[in-house]
Amino acid sequence: MGINWLKYSAPQAFYPLAGKLIPWFSIVAALAIAVGLYIGLLVAPTDFQQGESYRIIFVHVPAAWMSMFLYVVMAVWAGFGMGLNARLSFMMAQAIAPTGAMFTFLALLTGAMWGKPTWGAWWVWDARLTSELILLFQYAGVMLLRTSIDDLRRADRASGVFALVGVVNVPIIYFSVKWWNTLHQGASVSMSGGSKMAATMLTAMLVMTFGFWMYSIAVILSRSRCVILEREQLLSWNKSASIPEPVEAR
Amino acid sequence: MMYWGSVSEFLAMGGYGLYVWTSYIVTALCLVWEVLALWRRRAAAAAENRGVL
Repeated sequence: MGINWLKYSAPQAFYPLAGKLIPWFSIVAALAIAVGLYIGLLVAPTDFQQGESYRIIFVHVPAAWMSMFLYVVMAVWAGFGMGLNARLSFMMAQAIAPTGAMFTFLALLTGAMWGKPTWGAWWVWDARLTSELILLFQYAGVMLLRTSIDDLRRADRASGVFALVGVVNVPIIYFSVKWWNTLHQGASVSMSGGSKMAATMLTAMLVMTFGFWMYSIAVILSRSRCVILEREQLLSWNKSASIPEPVEAR
Repeated sequence: MMYWGSVSEFLAMGGYGLYVWTSYIVTALCLVWEVLALWRRRAAAAAENRGVL
């Protein structure tokens, strides 16, 4: 390939690239979420066991998957940052944390909304729910460590180590429904056993997941641009025309 | 290809409307809020950078 990918490991090269990519990921995300909502809310049939409350699955499962996936990606970037001493890697880890935390919160909230009509309780201290709650605390820990340490390099390393150690919780969340006797239902889709859902339901869930994934890329790229501007403020490169003028005149 | 017979049936969600719509509305609000917050953050960061120059 004629593209020098290494070039984009420099924040000043990554910044305009991210700016060009954001609209495309946003459009794809909006389309996928619209199609997913249409299939999930309007086309998919009812669930014979749970009735219409099962439709929460179309936001709950994608949010929960993103919460775990983003945590791993964040930890991998932090690991790259420490291994290669690359500042863009730490910036990416920093950009991912809030979105991951938001999806963790949404997974817990929509789970409560599903638990109440299905189990009769908003919350139970079951292995799946508890480990997902711990994931929320881990995201909070990663973000708090960063903001509580003034020296950027130390903040990067401390939150990076914390993120990496916490990765052990992700397989625990994922396999909790297998390893322990949980109130939470088992996996709707598994890597080995295929799907237990009707085709339309599965389609809606996968399309929504794809939409959330594309959304995450768009907002994380957008936040990474903010982080670059904030952290590289005093460096000379961004004096160039890469920063658009604000729309309103000052 | 439409599952529902009427709009009110759709909104009622078989009696689970409160749970289903709370889930969807809070999710939508979070995503929209995140996008708006990022716009404001970027505008602030860009303004800050101009101040430095």
